[in-house]
Amino acid sequence: MPESAHIQSAGESALIVYLGTESSPEVAARVQALGAALRHSLGSILIDLVPSYASLLVIYDPLRSDRYHVSQCIRTSLSDLPAVTAGNGRLVEIPVYYSPESGEDLEGLASSKGLSTQDVIDIHSEQEYRVYAIGFAPGFAYLGDVDTRIAAPRLSTPRQSVPRGAVAIADRQTAVYPAASPGGWNLIGRSPLKMFDPLATEPMPVHVGDRVRFKPIGRAEFLDAGGSL
Amino acid sequence: MSALEVLQPGLLSLLQDRGRFAQAAIGLTTGGPMDPLAASIANRLLQNEGNATLIEVSFGGLALRAGADTQISVTGATLPLAIDGQEQAMWSVIDVAAGQEINLGFSETGCRSYLAVRGGFNIPESFGSSSTVVREGIGGLNGQRLAVGDQLPIHKTDATQRLWLPPRLRPRYHRRATVRVIPGYQYAHFPRLEQRRFFGSEYRVTDRCDRMGYRLEGPAIACDIQGILSEGIAPGAIQIPADGQPIALLNDRQTIGGYPKIGCALSLDCAALAQLRPGDTVIFTPISEHYAHNALHLADAFERSRHLEPSPR
Repeated sequence: MPESAHIQSAGESALIVYLGTESSPEVAARVQALGAALRHSLGSILIDLVPSYASLLVIYDPLRSDRYHVSQCIRTSLSDLPAVTAGNGRLVEIPVYYSPESGEDLEGLASSKGLSTQDVIDIHSEQEYRVYAIGFAPGFAYLGDVDTRIAAPRLSTPRQSVPRGAVAIADRQTAVYPAASPGGWNLIGRSPLKMFDPLATEPMPVHVGDRVRFKPIGRAEFLDAGGSL
Repeated sequence: MSALEVLQPGLLSLLQDRGRFAQAAIGLTTGGPMDPLAASIANRLLQNEGNATLIEVSFGGLALRAGADTQISVTGATLPLAIDGQEQAMWSVIDVAAGQEINLGFSETGCRSYLAVRGGFNIPESFGSSSTVVREGIGGLNGQRLAVGDQLPIHKTDATQRLWLPPRLRPRYHRRATVRVIPGYQYAHFPRLEQRRFFGSEYRVTDRCDRMGYRLEGPAIACDIQGILSEGIAPGAIQIPADGQPIALLNDRQTIGGYPKIGCALSLDCAALAQLRPGDTVIFTPISEHYAHNALHLADAFERSRHLEPSPR
């Protein structure tokens, strides 16, 4: 079991496993791998798993198991964890129509950073991101790490409504809003991809630990793919 | 079609089954009844399956009209209950004829009551559950609280024996709760003095108490760290934000969060907490994981022995 992992009590029926002290693509990949291993080894004793940046919360059925059994399973899974690297995990491509009309803060962000809007688009779309966590709202995936050249703090006054599909930056994180909601992130574009579809068999295109790359698309392609402005 | 029609929804009435599990990875919370014991007795009285959908009525005020002959039961926080103006007993199976009006008044002590119908409400599942989580817009009829005119379809089943839970076996609701807490999560980051302050003080339920969490007010608790990398929140987790005022996170809690947590409340006591109203008081007491595990198994054994009896009326 790696030095960095430790298990902590989280109530009568849960243990939280810390796999690192900060987020990184490697830690995210290990969180995902541990989750998969525990789903298999705990079977129906497992009530829920909550993966996040550097931890995995394991909720079990306390009437059919106890913390000794569960922590033993966690330790075994950790020692059997296949070597994971930043390159592991599924790669998901998210199309984005970057423009001032689809991303209200694109021009402001570019000028505050001394960049052109095209620079911001290039920097945002040329790297791979990792899904660090999903939360805040159903289907809201926190992706990192955004290049420091385009990292920008949240707006001082959040918007009353951010449209579904908005692609946004807050500090070194980026996300696609799964539904219209209030929000304080910097909007740079919009994706036609549904990040959360309650009626689909796979309600989300990404999972914690997956890799993501944004692909710039034009206005026509965005509209053809079902996007709206 | 066999259905109950909502005449008055009351302050907050929600369709719930046991809750939505194994969906936290996509950001969906659990939902489910805030007082699972009272909810489960409502279903047991009618010999419904354990996961049957019922209505959680917060504070009362619900009025329904029966579209067909059926049977109901009402449990949880005590409130006046009447069928066509005629007073009825809680914790008992009640016959309701087509066209009759079911009226729930307002509770004075406790705030969550449960109305189950014979066969359960027939509500399609989303993500494996019918539980309504308004913040997510998921579950129930349309992801929302009950509204005037809603038709709540019922699974058709045969009439069942008129059972009741004898008064001596009924849960009681109070204005005060002692909540047992298993220290955990960032407990070690709270200095010894702060830990003692938390377990030695009395807290008051503020008016910011809902299905997501109960915000409490009392001596502020300081933590060595301000924030943490967002992590999964277990049911009953007690979060201490920067102002030092504890928040007990309940059924509709956010799935992940970045505030330090001092520990987690025992589920049995989360139900008692969720029955408290603004102004009521809470005391926290520390317990070990072993004690918690034992308490859960004892409670389960006690539930199995809580026999329903034929109603004397």
